Amino acid sequence: MTSALPTLPVLLPILGAALAVVFARSVTAQRVVALTTLACVATVAAVLLVRADRFGPVVAAMGGWAPPVGIALVADRLSGLLLLVSTLVALAVLVYAISQRIADFGRRMASTAFYPTYLVLSAGVSLAYLSGDLFTLFVSFEIMLTASYVLITRRSTVGTIRAAMTYVTVSLLSSLLFLTAIAMVYAATATVNLADLSERLDTLSPGLRTVLALLLVVVFGIKAAVVPLHFWLPDSYPNAPAPVTALFAGLLTKVSFYAMVRTQTLLFPHERPWTLMLWLAVATMLVGALGALAQNDINRLLSFLLVSHIGFMLFGLAVFDARGLSGATLYAAHHITVLATLFLVSGLITRRTGTVALDRMGGLAKTAPALAVLFAIPALTLAGLPPTAGFVAKLQLLQAGAAAGVATTTVAAVVIVASLLTLYALTKVWVRAFWGSPRPALEDPDPDDELEVGTARTPWPMYAATAGLVVVSLSIAAFAGPLSAVTGRAGVDLVERDTYQVAVLGSPGP
Amino acid sequence: MTPELTAAPTINLVMALTIGGLFGVGFYLLLQRSLMRVLIGVVVLGHGTNLLLQLVGGPPGRPPIIGDTPPETFADPLPQALALTAVVITFALTTFLLALGYRSFTLLGDDEVQDDLEDRRIARTRRPSASLENGDPDRDEDVR
Repeated sequence: MTSALPTLPVLLPILGAALAVVFARSVTAQRVVALTTLACVATVAAVLLVRADRFGPVVAAMGGWAPPVGIALVADRLSGLLLLVSTLVALAVLVYAISQRIADFGRRMASTAFYPTYLVLSAGVSLAYLSGDLFTLFVSFEIMLTASYVLITRRSTVGTIRAAMTYVTVSLLSSLLFLTAIAMVYAATATVNLADLSERLDTLSPGLRTVLALLLVVVFGIKAAVVPLHFWLPDSYPNAPAPVTALFAGLLTKVSFYAMVRTQTLLFPHERPWTLMLWLAVATMLVGALGALAQNDINRLLSFLLVSHIGFMLFGLAVFDARGLSGATLYAAHHITVLATLFLVSGLITRRTGTVALDRMGGLAKTAPALAVLFAIPALTLAGLPPTAGFVAKLQLLQAGAAAGVATTTVAAVVIVASLLTLYALTKVWVRAFWGSPRPALEDPDPDDELEVGTARTPWPMYAATAGLVVVSLSIAAFAGPLSAVTGRAGVDLVERDTYQVAVLGSPGP
Repeated sequence: MTPELTAAPTINLVMALTIGGLFGVGFYLLLQRSLMRVLIGVVVLGHGTNLLLQLVGGPPGRPPIIGDTPPETFADPLPQALALTAVVITFALTTFLLALGYRSFTLLGDDEVQDDLEDRRIARTRRPSASLENGDPDRDEDVR
């Protein structure tokens, strides 16, 4: 059905960003604008999800030009769910960032760039979930990535600049490849509308289809940190301040994964499990988990785990049936919350101990029991122990894998191995940071900079925001029944394609 | 936007070779150490991509303006619009990379893209003194 509603998650943050620039003199006004905007977007996302689930995909035709000529924004079950979870995470991270900044700067220093950039990034994420054509998808990635370049380089220290060089160059390369892919797709089909493409690509020769499909896999593989294209992630994410890292870890790679699911299921459907994607999933799960074991820096360890768990979602995509895609969707929703939570907790730990090196921490379970609880719950969730959300999502993936043949069953075994390795890596963090004898916090090497470390003075909203995310993650587990019903229907939509095509183009496909 | 309107009947070989050349040079420059060369690589690669988009729009010399050329034969305007958007984005990001290179130059005295942390760590296990070469501590020893 047609409605203007899908434009709001994009327009509101852009307007909010503009307002925040206008209010550059008053930090309080900026904060109110940012919080209100994201709260509104979360509400709209919830409405979109409910409407998409009840009445089918919600389509907005820009400027009154009907698709496939005009630009369409489409919210179906998959995009609605991920948009809702992403916005909730962005909101919680914003609360954390605001209270951290109040504690570190007081109310004196006005930062003009942070809140507008944050909102622009949020607009890019929303547009990526909602865009109904390839080029809008490209533009949304650029909006999102450009904002992320600004956020990652705001503290211009040696480490940040070094990290940003890799990050910006790799992202730019993948964007240019994306553009190349769009040009080639357009040359072959004369359209960029996804629903239209899904009909026209069927008529192309298999060779040409494979080239286009693989080009898009490489493009989104770079952005989603799929092994062997993952190397930039553990080098760049840990260098940003904790809230920014949490935001990136929660949203950016999952948006790319969403784009990969959307393009591959809609444009290049497979009848059987997709062997290449199975191999990529195995490599990503194992390399990420093994890489995490070798780390001493808590943020790098979490970054490698982030890479590893992208592999779990790829596995769901590789199974390529309704159950596998349903599992991947649920896993993505769980992954967005849990990774953001862990990076926020890591920020709290660093703030408390003054270091990111695990071997210099110790005894936090005694000195900061609240922190220990906040770390333990998401850690167990990520490892996938029952009764957490990670277990529910992983169980769906394993069931889908076991039902789809010998190859996928074998990879399902790798999923279990990678889960155990995850648990091992997180146990390492637990033993080194939370057990043992308490150690004194290290001095802040740079007392004047933005990041205050080595202090027990942590405002309660930082804990509250982190706890809020833990609650979101727990409620994914508590409402696993209705949620997996929604993702199940989303999985069926993805495999059958008709719903999407009819909703956008208004007529059934051939 | 039917296929008949857009696709040139045959591939323009000169253009295809030019685009291939630009991509080759761009990727070669991307693999260099200095951020300045990487930047030029990105620019060249961007030109290659935009040229590809232009090529997709049909043969040159037929502006998509009604009244100038019969609508049946004129170039497809959409790839031109896409290329325009892409040019703007590439331009903005080039400027950002330039600023980043300058920042790196003021902080470090050069604009070289450094080895990543794992590379340095492996180098250090082989040569214990290697970590001192750069003069700046590795991040994992860094106390933030």
